[in-house]
Amino acid sequence: MRLRPVGWGAVLVELGSTAEVRAAYARLAGLRAAGGLAGVVDLVPAARTVLVTGDRLPDLAGLLGELAGEPAVRPGPPVELPVVYDGPDLAEVAGRAGLDAAEVVRRHAAADYTVAFCGFAPGFGYLIGLPAELHVPRRATPRTAVEAGAVGIAGEFAGVYPRRSPGGWQLLGRTSAVLWDADRDPPALLAPGTRVRFTPA
Amino acid sequence: MSRTPAGRTPAGRTVAGRTPAGLTVVRAGPLTTVQDLGRPGHAHLGVPRSGAADRSALRRANRMAGNPEGAAGLETTLLGVTVRLGEARWLAAAGAEAEVTVDGEPVRSPFRAGAGATVTVGRARRGLRSYLAVGGGIAVPPTLGSRSTDRLSGLGPDPLRDGETLPLGPPTEPGDPAADPALPAEPVLRLRPGPRDDWFAGTGPLAAGPYQVQTDSDRVGLRLAGPELTRTRTAELPSEGLVPGAVQVPADGRPVLFLADHPTTGGYPVIGVVHPGDLWLAAQARPGARLRFRLVPGHTDHAVE
Repeated sequence: MRLRPVGWGAVLVELGSTAEVRAAYARLAGLRAAGGLAGVVDLVPAARTVLVTGDRLPDLAGLLGELAGEPAVRPGPPVELPVVYDGPDLAEVAGRAGLDAAEVVRRHAAADYTVAFCGFAPGFGYLIGLPAELHVPRRATPRTAVEAGAVGIAGEFAGVYPRRSPGGWQLLGRTSAVLWDADRDPPALLAPGTRVRFTPA
Repeated sequence: MSRTPAGRTPAGRTVAGRTPAGLTVVRAGPLTTVQDLGRPGHAHLGVPRSGAADRSALRRANRMAGNPEGAAGLETTLLGVTVRLGEARWLAAAGAEAEVTVDGEPVRSPFRAGAGATVTVGRARRGLRSYLAVGGGIAVPPTLGSRSTDRLSGLGPDPLRDGETLPLGPPTEPGDPAADPALPAEPVLRLRPGPRDDWFAGTGPLAAGPYQVQTDSDRVGLRLAGPELTRTRTAELPSEGLVPGAVQVPADGRPVLFLADHPTTGGYPVIGVVHPGDLWLAAQARPGARLRFRLVPGHTDHAVE
């Protein structure tokens, strides 16, 4: 673990793996949910880091020692996302993976996912748990518009576009689930640590 | 007769009817938005903080108008705004240097305007963004605790349009006048190197400057042109969290200085971060303006076992 100061009111906690990020974020988020970490404004997990911002930062080295064994997922059943697998990139993904389209769907829907972090847009979760054979690069040219609910993969991640936006992920299908609704509490269906399953609709 | 106001927009605002209470937009200008101090605490969901680009100016305007510092006001861009009051209020403007008038007569903040009065914040003579605070604040419904328009994520009310009417909170008593700080011709922003300055040949070019603000700059960030920053690591950086004031260097080598509507994470290395107390200088820098950085070393990062 490495602590990198960021300007005057933030520290970037650099970790060795996505799993360590999940554990570190789970510990910090748990402390904050229990009323600790006064002075911390935002905890932002990402692929290899957790950004901690605030006017009074805690002793992160002390808090994040001995991360092994930290439960990194939220308790409770996974969020089930029904998917119609008719995405425009199914054939390309199948070709890259050396599988047929039905097998891509079967493997995508068989995996257990966890939200590693959110970003790009409100409610956009980067899900880990994608089978290694489905790790394919982003499209060379991003689409200028991807519809809300589009289910995609890129690199080690799976995800769902919460709203219409430009996007470069390979699209496998679409879900009717509402990933983001600012008038709902909580607005985001997926938050860091949430477990997710895709089920063919 | 329907009880629902005709022309109600999704943001809960009404399109001008007869002489509505509240604040009617006569001339929205190129970009006028509702801004308060934003929605901190949601970055882990991908929600930018947003809020006034020049937070100190919004606070100043609010204090003068008798509001809490975090009340929602109007943020204008270069050409100001014209509004008509449906009810008497104390108001105040701060930020960019611009003439403020009530029914054509110049006024100094705070000032009172009666029902039916027309208030104009003129074209910025210096700086870029003016803040118009109205006693009681702009009372559009909040989203995630904030009324700010976030130009990146689309949260909050749409930018103002001519003819629409915004609700106001209850009237206030005015605060004391407060002068805007002088805006230097070529501002110098304190910058602390890191967290990814080790991805570059050095921070020397940043300190050498100056950097010119490009025309594609916006509330997300200032696009800067100036001395080139040479990457020594070509690996792809896994996305990581960003803060306001972060100076990110994308593949094209043009630094981006992030402002209020910055994304919560980014995949290009951040070579340094501007001091929060100097961010207002960036928010008031218009396209074509030049600015410089003064490097302020901080604590070095350290490994922890």
